[in-house]
Amino acid sequence: MAIYLIVALDVLNGISSLFLLCLGLAIIFGMMKIINLAHGEFIMLGAYATVISANAGVNIWIAMLIVAPLFVGLVGLVIERCLIRFLYGRLVDSMLATWGLSLLIIGIITTIYGNTQQGVPTPLGGFSIGSYQSSYYTLFLAGMAIVMMALVYGVMSYTRFGLIARATMQNPAMAATLGVNPARVYMSTFAVGAAVTGLAGGLLAPVSGITPGMGGAYVAKAFMTVVGGGAAILSGTMSAASLFGAVNQIGAYFTTPVYGEVLVFTAAIVLIRLLPQGISGRFFKGNL
Amino acid sequence: MPIRFRLAAQAVAVVLAIVAIVLIPSVVELFAMMQLTLFAAMAVLALSLAFIWGYGGILSFGQTAFFGLGGYAYAIAAVNFQDSTPSILLAIVIPSLFAAILGYFIFFGRISDVYLGVITLTVTLILFNCVNSTSGDEYRIGKALLGGFNGMPAVPTFNVPFYPDQVLSPEQSWWTTGGALLGVFLLLRLVLWLPAGRIVVAVRENEVRASLLGYDPRKVKLLTFILSGAIAGLAGALYVNWGAFVGPTIFSLSLSAEIIIWITVGGLGTLLGPIVGCVLIEYIVAYIGSQQAFNSNLVLGTVLVVFVLLLPTGLVPTARDLLMRLVPAPKPNGQLADEQAPPSAAASHLAGAE
Repeated sequence: MAIYLIVALDVLNGISSLFLLCLGLAIIFGMMKIINLAHGEFIMLGAYATVISANAGVNIWIAMLIVAPLFVGLVGLVIERCLIRFLYGRLVDSMLATWGLSLLIIGIITTIYGNTQQGVPTPLGGFSIGSYQSSYYTLFLAGMAIVMMALVYGVMSYTRFGLIARATMQNPAMAATLGVNPARVYMSTFAVGAAVTGLAGGLLAPVSGITPGMGGAYVAKAFMTVVGGGAAILSGTMSAASLFGAVNQIGAYFTTPVYGEVLVFTAAIVLIRLLPQGISGRFFKGNL
Repeated sequence: MPIRFRLAAQAVAVVLAIVAIVLIPSVVELFAMMQLTLFAAMAVLALSLAFIWGYGGILSFGQTAFFGLGGYAYAIAAVNFQDSTPSILLAIVIPSLFAAILGYFIFFGRISDVYLGVITLTVTLILFNCVNSTSGDEYRIGKALLGGFNGMPAVPTFNVPFYPDQVLSPEQSWWTTGGALLGVFLLLRLVLWLPAGRIVVAVRENEVRASLLGYDPRKVKLLTFILSGAIAGLAGALYVNWGAFVGPTIFSLSLSAEIIIWITVGGLGTLLGPIVGCVLIEYIVAYIGSQQAFNSNLVLGTVLVVFVLLLPTGLVPTARDLLMRLVPAPKPNGQLADEQAPPSAAASHLAGAE
């Protein structure tokens, strides 16, 4: 019995971390149609911000929940002003430039902090089910995924900013005639996407090894999930994250973690082939 | 420029290239020649992506999948047969078969753009993960131990065809690799010169119009993809021959990124540009690696960002345009200009050999 509970917790953990990792990308790619291949590096920056501020004496919760998103959001703002704003509507160029950006960020962080692995201890401690150990942090991550989902839903549906952002993404020219400044909306949406990504990096910092190259492991997975999810930010990302997260953990349980990953990638390829518009293009049309 | 002059110039360029390949071992030192051998192998890889991306309009993010498959196919076959002749053939055949299956799935499913990039990227990751986890004695094909993340050391290098005892010397390896680069270049130029190549470009320009003219874009793209996979596989065999070693990093995403940087820097839509970009960037990376002053990722990233923002056409097309401006344009009085200067990348294969 206990083993099933543990596997269920693992699946929950897989789904919630995947959702957190992808939400920022869903905002940047799903809404703005900017292919941000530096997504993994945004996660890495969030993780570094958390680890460095926590090791400098900042409370770990403040480091994770405030320092990481603020720092990465600011970085996102600067990047949008210096690079991304020249690339709207140029899909392939945005892909190339952000790939260059990701190499650049990896290079900068390696130069400053070296190639060694860093980390912070996982807060909250653990509990045991039968003879198995698990940690409360897993449950905290799942709670954060739910909070973030509610937050993004609330902002997008009920606030003025969400309304203007969605209108601008759908038709910038129309929004501009109604007195909205599209350039500013794009800028703030990109910064929000970056901040959400930074938060994910901060939250994952205590449970993963932190190196300058860690982003590479996430970028393909995040893209696969967002593309598999389709156009709807929340329902699409959530459904794809549930599917891939579950496949990953269950596959890893029955075989090895490596084949769990292989299974996810294969599932993603088959899914894109069967549903070219993603899950939400077929099942949650018109949802957020 | 009259077409006869163009052909003559291209013939001269080919002869010069052959002379250069033959003479290099007697001019440069052994270390420099070994480095040139590596650059030539990488340039073959650059050509494989230059062809499908620049002419076919298919941006495959995971070109290293075919490169790595070629490398591993060569290594496994060479260990088993102890003869490189069938191994090189396998290094070309296996990636093309893989490209055929993957390409059928992609193009006949009408997957394009970002989705194609994501799929090729994930396929590369799958291969990397699979090969990376094959450490242990149970993972062997024939006599070849796969070795997981440690890779396969001491892979037999090229030998004289059908004479397994006569292993090629470094000079002969250079001639083989340089010759393969020239051969692939000429093959692609021939393909692009033939009607088949023009159909490939037509599909890139407008799929609907191409299909209204009676061509099946899916089939055209699939064949382009297979040819590119075969060339990338050959590049993998050449690369393994250079180092006598193959490891899972041959599938790495960073190498995939590097190929894209070579082409962006050298010039998309040309065949010479990617070779120039490849040699230039690889030289810079090797130089930085020996200096330890800068991080190579830092430099590569900056180069890519700067080129995308400021010089999106790349070095070779920019240089060509500057040269064209120096040469006075033919006066259109009386006679018709027999060939207009190519206005865009669409026609640049006519002028790509300068």
